[in-house]
Amino acid sequence: MVSRKQALLEVKGLKTHFFTEDGIVPAVDGVDFSVAAGETLGIVGESGCGKSVTALSVMRLIASPGRVVAGSILFEGRDLAQSSQEEMCDLRGNRMAMIFQEPMTSLNPVYTVGEQIREAVQTHDRQISDGAARVRAVEMLRMVGIPLPEERYRAFPHEMSGGMRQRVMIAMALSLAPALLIADEPTTALDVTIQAQILELMKDLRERVQTAVMLITHDLGVVADMADKVAVMYAGEIVENADVYSLFREPLHPYTQGLLASIPTLASTRNQRLNVIHGTVPNLLRLPPGCRFAPRCPKAMDICRQVRPTLRDVDGGRQVSCWLY
Amino acid sequence: MNSEQSTVSRDAKAVASNGKVLLSVRDLKKYYPIRGGLLRRTVAQVKAVDDVSFEIKAGETFGLVGESGCGKTTIGRTIIHLLTATAGQVLFDGQDVFKLGGGELKRLRRDMQIIFQDPYGSLDPRMPVGEIVGEGLRIHNIGDPKKREEMVRETMSLVGLRGQYARRYPHEFSGGQRQRIGIARALVLRPKFVVCDEPVSALDVSIQSQVLNLLTELREELGLTYLFIAHNLAVVKYISDRIGVMYLGRLAETSVSERLYEHPMHPYTQALVSAIPIPDPTMRRQRIVLKGDVPSPVNPPSGCRFHTRCPQYIGDVCKMVEPQLVEKEPGHFVACHLY
Amino acid sequence: MTADSRAVGATEELDLPEMGQWALVWRRFSRHRLAYLGLIVLVFFVVLSFGAPWLAPYPYDKINMNDNYSLPSAKYFLGTDELGRDIFSRLLYAGRISISVALVSTLLSSLVGIIVGAAAAYWRGVTDMILMRLTDVMLSMPTLPLLLVFSKMLREYPTLKDTFGDYLSVFVLVTILTLFGWMYPARLVYSSVLSLRETEFTEAARALGSSGWRILFSHLIPNSMAPVIVISTLGFGQRVVLEATLSFLGLGVNPPVPSWGNMLSQAYAYMLRNPWLAVYPGLFIFFTVLAINFLGDALRDALDPRLKV
Repeated sequence: MVSRKQALLEVKGLKTHFFTEDGIVPAVDGVDFSVAAGETLGIVGESGCGKSVTALSVMRLIASPGRVVAGSILFEGRDLAQSSQEEMCDLRGNRMAMIFQEPMTSLNPVYTVGEQIREAVQTHDRQISDGAARVRAVEMLRMVGIPLPEERYRAFPHEMSGGMRQRVMIAMALSLAPALLIADEPTTALDVTIQAQILELMKDLRERVQTAVMLITHDLGVVADMADKVAVMYAGEIVENADVYSLFREPLHPYTQGLLASIPTLASTRNQRLNVIHGTVPNLLRLPPGCRFAPRCPKAMDICRQVRPTLRDVDGGRQVSCWLY
Repeated sequence: MNSEQSTVSRDAKAVASNGKVLLSVRDLKKYYPIRGGLLRRTVAQVKAVDDVSFEIKAGETFGLVGESGCGKTTIGRTIIHLLTATAGQVLFDGQDVFKLGGGELKRLRRDMQIIFQDPYGSLDPRMPVGEIVGEGLRIHNIGDPKKREEMVRETMSLVGLRGQYARRYPHEFSGGQRQRIGIARALVLRPKFVVCDEPVSALDVSIQSQVLNLLTELREELGLTYLFIAHNLAVVKYISDRIGVMYLGRLAETSVSERLYEHPMHPYTQALVSAIPIPDPTMRRQRIVLKGDVPSPVNPPSGCRFHTRCPQYIGDVCKMVEPQLVEKEPGHFVACHLY
Repeated sequence: MTADSRAVGATEELDLPEMGQWALVWRRFSRHRLAYLGLIVLVFFVVLSFGAPWLAPYPYDKINMNDNYSLPSAKYFLGTDELGRDIFSRLLYAGRISISVALVSTLLSSLVGIIVGAAAAYWRGVTDMILMRLTDVMLSMPTLPLLLVFSKMLREYPTLKDTFGDYLSVFVLVTILTLFGWMYPARLVYSSVLSLRETEFTEAARALGSSGWRILFSHLIPNSMAPVIVISTLGFGQRVVLEATLSFLGLGVNPPVPSWGNMLSQAYAYMLRNPWLAVYPGLFIFFTVLAINFLGDALRDALDPRLKV
């Protein structure tokens, strides 16, 4: 294990499959990871790699035709995979919270943002009076850096910009003071300067509230900035697990290597060809028999095309799923 | 300091040596009316592009960056006359684009093309790929059907698509491949100038680099001139010779691209550069975090449009006087009262 | 030198075998079992009706007073009516008229609707104002009374009488069903073209130098067809019923030309004595309309371009 700390969330052998008319889509196909209290785990990967489905599985928010078919999701010692929907409802409003890429879809358009935060406050603390909850809600708005919070309390979601709405979502999530915050591409829809604001805000709040964060993103820059540990996903599997420094210093899996080399950075110069990962992500309905990355892998060997590798421990407390190691 | 100087002169020279100006944008304005009331009278105007001027030399790539709503997309659409400008002039190869008649404009369309952002919305879902790519040839009545098919296949292979897929429909292709189809459609008429409107923003990281490489190769091979519009500074820097930074409908700074990152002068550019997340955890740094949101382009702030969020606000002059783009070092223009 | 690098990411084979639009549509369509059934029923009725001259055992107007009101027998498959005419033969010939009336008026309404809706949405401005207000006006009129008035008026028009003879009532019916039916496809096409004209592929066509008409016919209308096909299918069913209603009121297809509607209407007079005279055309109408409605539902799914597989 990367971290020796007591795990807050420990996911083992998680499989979430979608039963479509064309066949079974193994969106998440045997995933292991853990998050310790107060720690930030980044889950990176490209679209369709299963990172969002992983998050939704942990929250038990997978809708038909999808289903968690195997694995355990231990959260504070309780297996969420076995929990009833009532227990989950209780947890979701209390110990864990989630923020999404597009805040508009998760805010209720007919209530003011203030009322929605107040409701979250009251879900968390059932003894609190309406008036006190209102004051807390205004405080939360102020804490996430919304100017004129008393006035903004009465604003409707559509009256706010994308960045403001994302702040409201964060305020709502954090007024629950959750042990675990799952953030699914929280800044993808935002402009860079607004993204910078939100990332700083999340860091700041993480310090203050000591929340563990599961950060799902496709942006390696965001991961490098925010995460303590990183899990790299490809075609429904975790291909590499490492602490953030080792991962960026010395990526082990050829997919991680390719990914890191293919991003243009401010340091890359013009006309220097970008590194490229050949081909495209495999169709989850027609997965190759061996390693799922083998068809695109520049280092593929015979065994890679025949036998599927598993995630195994390597030096430095890291894990990688590749026959090279 | 010395090395910085040498970069400037080298890049400036590289650009200058490319010769004549292909496209010249002068005092371009594009306002959208907001209508209201019973009589649908214009009650206000969105000043999407407000007095922008720049030039692009033949063979050069000019990058336009800025956040959503800054007007960069509107500029691209207005230059190729998909939108009608409110005021200003666009000279392409010496011709005043906005003064051309129907026939001349149609002829000009063969020289200026556009590549779109959305690999899904930009292809007609009910048209086979071959017909999509060949549409320009049919519109301009080039060649007979057989010749056209040949040209379509040639262009498809130019962008790395197999000719035998010409009869397939867009939904059968992945995002990256669809983007190639859009590029082939723009290139089938062999234009001189292409507006690339966020061509890789919708693509996954590993596909982004494939398409960026393709665009650079095509530029060399076909001698193209690009206006490259994007919000991702790293991407823009990678592909552009010169870059213009936009804020609320105006250019804040233009410069040779290396120089813009080494030595950003406008406080907004500095904030933008510092906001890019760098994929290296050892480089976690103090960002310049701007306050608040971008103001509405309906009522842009007086004076310098950035003054409401500027971390280096120096007083009333920022609030009162609109700064003009001034050349502060060779090839480096900035609109700010600090300099 | 650049050939292979460029091909990177594009050389891989496409996953699925080549499949045209229609093959895909068929694949999605065939998942609806009821629609399958509906299609079979509909084809059966269409073949029976249009094959009437060859399939019907008797001419539709052959009177045989000796055999009137006979029950189903080997001689008269479904029995005979009050004049001893073979009901089965009459149903086939009537089907030919009823289906043709519904089909032709549906096609004409859709055609008019598509042109009106698309032109208004694409050119906006004055064109939009005139055409869409006209559509609104037509939609706000009480249909049934106007249908009655119009059908009466047209029937009295002498030139038409001379031209169409016995079939005048059929012509009149098609005309008024078209006149009062084009607004629905027009509204649909209007809203669809309105959103399609803002798409990037429309912009791309304009950037290539395409004319308005060309964009309309090669991009906007083809992409608006799916919903039109769906409502036309349902509209066809409604028209079969409407034909019956009007004929029942004596303003649809007039005897001696048989239609399901006027057979029903004639049977009304003998309802108490021979109820089955009304039952047969009623069942034919019922099953045709039911079949087409099942079909419409399946088409709605099958033609939805958002569903990939």
